[in-house]
Amino acid sequence: MSERNQERGQQVANEASLMPPVEVIEDKEGIVLYADLPGVPKDSLNLNVEGDTVTIEGALALDVPEGLEVTHAEVSLPRFRRVFTLSKELNANKIAAELSNGVLTLRIPKADHAQPRRIEVKAG
Amino acid sequence: MYRTLFPRDVFAELDRLQNELQTAFDIYPNIRGGTRGGYPALNVGTTPRTVEIYAFAPGLDPTFIDVQLENGVLTIAGERRRTRHGDDKATVHIGERFDGRFRRVVSLPEDVDPNGVTAQYRNGVLHVTVNRKEAAQPRRITVQ
Repeated sequence: MSERNQERGQQVANEASLMPPVEVIEDKEGIVLYADLPGVPKDSLNLNVEGDTVTIEGALALDVPEGLEVTHAEVSLPRFRRVFTLSKELNANKIAAELSNGVLTLRIPKADHAQPRRIEVKAG
Repeated sequence: MYRTLFPRDVFAELDRLQNELQTAFDIYPNIRGGTRGGYPALNVGTTPRTVEIYAFAPGLDPTFIDVQLENGVLTIAGERRRTRHGDDKATVHIGERFDGRFRRVVSLPEDVDPNGVTAQYRNGVLHVTVNRKEAAQPRRITVQ
């Protein structure tokens, strides 16, 4: 799983967005990706799998009172976006996603043929 | 050969360089440490009646967020536990997310009312609203 650099040109052409910090962990069943998307409700999260590309996009929805004058902003853009390329042994059709307290969890299982197998060595 | 000339993550390297330059040229850092890339990120704004603080703190248990207001200083503290699996055989490919204890401090304007504070945690954002005292609110003065 690596980030897709070719997408970057397109990303700049689209609206500017923040890159969410992620954690990618691999075990024998597959890959688990956690992404921090604070302020993104479920209905403005957009997950897109196209071929071997996974796109995570989300728009912030904050409770902003009328007439708010921002004096300090560390989160300066209202949307997140990040794109990853899956490797061949991952099964993009079986991705499970969950969003809880602003953290997205993606589980991407390995295809059956890519599951580890123990090979027995026979004494000759 | 192309790999060595154009490493895959040349853009990631450029991003990193840009981040380092920004950090290096952030010549007026906050007295309590760098604000860039801190957890939680803070946005602060004001309305004539309130001061609004947004702490972007995903992945917390709201009962363990400690919000305190003392002498006009708002402190947001807590701990974010590591989400990683206990499995030793798991490989961490990317590990950018914060874990551990955090504390962020905001100095509020002098006119805030310490009794009028509300805090709400939704979608990973802690939203603190502090009311401002009546006396400080703008009034229209009639010219005679």
